[in-house]
Amino acid sequence: MKVNFEHLQAAHCENGVTTNLLKTMGIRSMTEPMVFGIGSGLFFIYIPLLKINNGPAIAFRTQPGLIFNRTCKSLGIPVIRKKFSSKPEAEKFLMECLEQGRPVGCQVGVYYLSYFPKEYRFHFNAHNLIVYGREGDNFLVSDPVMEHVTTLTAYELERVRFAKGALAPRGQIYYPKEQRAITDDQVRKAIVTGVKRNVRDMLYIPGGFAGVSGIAYTGKKIKKWRDKLGLHKAGLYLAQLVRMQEEIGTGGGGFRYIYGAFLQQAHAFHPNDALLDISKTFTQAGDLWRTAAVQAAGIYKGRISSQEDFNTMGDYLLEISSIEKKAFQALSKIKWHS
Amino acid sequence: MKQENIPQDPSALDKFTKEVCYAVDSSGNYVTELSRGWEVKATALDVAWQDIEERIAAARQRVLNREVSPLQFFMELRLMDTGIVSAYTGFWKWQIKRHLKPAVFDKLSEKKLQQYATAFNVSVTELKTMEVHEG
Repeated sequence: MKVNFEHLQAAHCENGVTTNLLKTMGIRSMTEPMVFGIGSGLFFIYIPLLKINNGPAIAFRTQPGLIFNRTCKSLGIPVIRKKFSSKPEAEKFLMECLEQGRPVGCQVGVYYLSYFPKEYRFHFNAHNLIVYGREGDNFLVSDPVMEHVTTLTAYELERVRFAKGALAPRGQIYYPKEQRAITDDQVRKAIVTGVKRNVRDMLYIPGGFAGVSGIAYTGKKIKKWRDKLGLHKAGLYLAQLVRMQEEIGTGGGGFRYIYGAFLQQAHAFHPNDALLDISKTFTQAGDLWRTAAVQAAGIYKGRISSQEDFNTMGDYLLEISSIEKKAFQALSKIKWHS
Repeated sequence: MKQENIPQDPSALDKFTKEVCYAVDSSGNYVTELSRGWEVKATALDVAWQDIEERIAAARQRVLNREVSPLQFFMELRLMDTGIVSAYTGFWKWQIKRHLKPAVFDKLSEKKLQQYATAFNVSVTELKTMEVHEG
């Protein structure tokens, strides 16, 4: 059994699942950057004290699940999202969806995800994929970060849907409830909502370790890592920062390029040339994130090691913080006509 | 990033997939292109795995010295912290911390050992000896 579905690769899993599920419903104006922008996906947070895989907890995107929910809500599409305590119930519900001809999004853990390279399989539980059919014991899977569709056996799928630990998916399944026609006017409004919410998250979030001030905070921390952690551990921390920033799914530059693409596409709905200029600023921010990654790599490869090198690294983040601050301030001043 | 600068370096993804990158073309418009990988992040991943290998080796030695129980070795091997082990086994974190002591581990019932073995995807014998035969 196979439902009508077209696999489209994306940079990021949740963007891809959202885009592809909406496309299946006939909403073709939603591209990956549009979904990311309307869902206010761009973010930065460095959670002090929390350790992930013995390194710092850093994220460049918003909390899992929000991009799908926000995008659908902005477009007036009701969302169904279900968690399960029983594995057979979870499979039964999935089968019912497929029998109704409905592809569905599933949140999964990657540690047991058999088609991923071993090197990528950490206990990360907020990966997303689409199940679009079943043939014998195999479920047909469209994982948006993969070039081609793939399959998982019923057991393998159950195991990743019920992965344990932080952000445990608990069989989570989600999909847009019903088909709705989307007007350009709705898209225009959704863009405004998405941008305003992202401005709020990046400029005004309290606490000092998230948003643009979080980037500066991390920059200042990095300058102290060499003395505080020693060269070896500081190198591991920097490698973790780079992995989070450039890991599969970010589109490069810690999602900053995808946001730049979003502003260009938003221009088609809001022909205000300021959007194109601000898009360039995000490209600049993404480029600087990558320059910083090259500097970090110099340190974790052991090619450079002085305090001066750590200062340079930290200063890159301070500069990125001020560039992104400028970009979001410019976005907050845009006059939207809708 | 300019489209022509999208890196195409060998990476762990090579036999599995290419990934989508966003970059600007010559007229400044955003486009997507597939990338094999980027050396900078491939190295970051290598560094992370090197650290894991070192942790596994260190844990094995500590088990042999009877400083910790084999649980420590398997937690490093399976990249699990006490929180994750607790979620997979149903034991409380404080129980797991106790079971990390060799003397306590030695007295664990077969049933409890089996709970750990299942969580680590090994047999009870493998759990006790740290000799894992991966299929």
